[in-house]
Amino acid sequence: MNQHLILQVVSKMMIPLIVLFGFYVQFHGDFGPGGGFQAGVIIAAAVILYALVFGVDAAKKAVPPSWVRIGMTLGVLIYGGTGVATWLLGGEFLNYTFFAPASTHAAGQHWGILSVELGVLCTVTSAMLAIFYAFASRMPDLPDEDW
Amino acid sequence: MVHSLPVLIMELGFMAMLVVVAFAILRMRSLFAIVMLQGVYSLLSAAWFVSLDAVDVAFTEAAVGAGISTVLMLGAMLLTDRDARIISTKQKLGPLIVVIIAGLAMFYALGDMPAFGDAHSPANAGVGADYIAATRNEVFLPNVVTAVLASFRGYDTFGETVVIFMAGLGVVLLLGLNGNAGKWNAKPNGQCIAARNKPPMKIASVPKPQKPKPKRQVAVKKKVAVKKKVAKRKPAKPKAGGTS
Repeated sequence: MNQHLILQVVSKMMIPLIVLFGFYVQFHGDFGPGGGFQAGVIIAAAVILYALVFGVDAAKKAVPPSWVRIGMTLGVLIYGGTGVATWLLGGEFLNYTFFAPASTHAAGQHWGILSVELGVLCTVTSAMLAIFYAFASRMPDLPDEDW
Repeated sequence: MVHSLPVLIMELGFMAMLVVVAFAILRMRSLFAIVMLQGVYSLLSAAWFVSLDAVDVAFTEAAVGAGISTVLMLGAMLLTDRDARIISTKQKLGPLIVVIIAGLAMFYALGDMPAFGDAHSPANAGVGADYIAATRNEVFLPNVVTAVLASFRGYDTFGETVVIFMAGLGVVLLLGLNGNAGKWNAKPNGQCIAARNKPPMKIASVPKPQKPKPKRQVAVKKKVAVKKKVAKRKPAKPKAGGTS
């Protein structure tokens, strides 16, 4: 693996920045382009880059498959739970206004969108990683002369 | 909305590059290069979407098309062959006719398309205008796309999230998160390899130059060798339907 030293050093610097950018896209999605889906794919791409450069086993140590399994379900539960919460607060399913009915600048909508996007982020990141793990674990290691 | 001349030239340039890349993909045989060119194609179309002011779509295209799907295609390629099969001209005839008919139908339908940025097009005139007006008064978000996606169309997005969840779940149920670690087998270039009898990785093996022999004999010998190999490996084959 020493042949990939430059790749390893460069991606070690890049991966935290990619994840940071993913979270920026996630939380800035209300104001600029982006949102849960794009952020989820970007964060998954960061982990996949790690797996490509350092090997799938190293990536599985960093982000264990059990997290992926839980995250996938958790995201859908967060999204659905937001709807159920608005239900319990007296509104319709996914009617976020009921989080803060008295607000004049639609704070309830902001909270609702944030929560829903968090659910999307969880599911998308985990589902992408699940698909990648499932396929990458079956792959034969790439011989060095094929790089 | 009328585009300025430099933007128009840029858009035409992007479209020309897309066509060039598409033809390059068609003419290429090495699957590695094809996968990479598909990533280039996605990135180019993302740039094109930006110049069309569809920033959110461009973002998704760049992240999914150029990022994730390139990696997944690479993974699929590693499990199969490195080169595309040669297809005779006769076999290409049917698809060619289908493509020509579909292309002509698209050109025929082009006349009904609204002009780019037309305010009176069905997409902009109907519910779209209502969403833009309501976003300002009811959701207070600068990004209308997010408001539509997460608030006005919250049900749809919930459905999409469930679809992604189901896709991940399906793959996990079929292959297992560890890809049936230790139980997989793959056939790169027709050569069956499995986790247990993993050969020293030499997938792109070059056939050894053989002494000139009558061709038929060589073919028969090869067949026998393959049969022997299959017989040897049978006990090591994974049980069907095994999950992690």
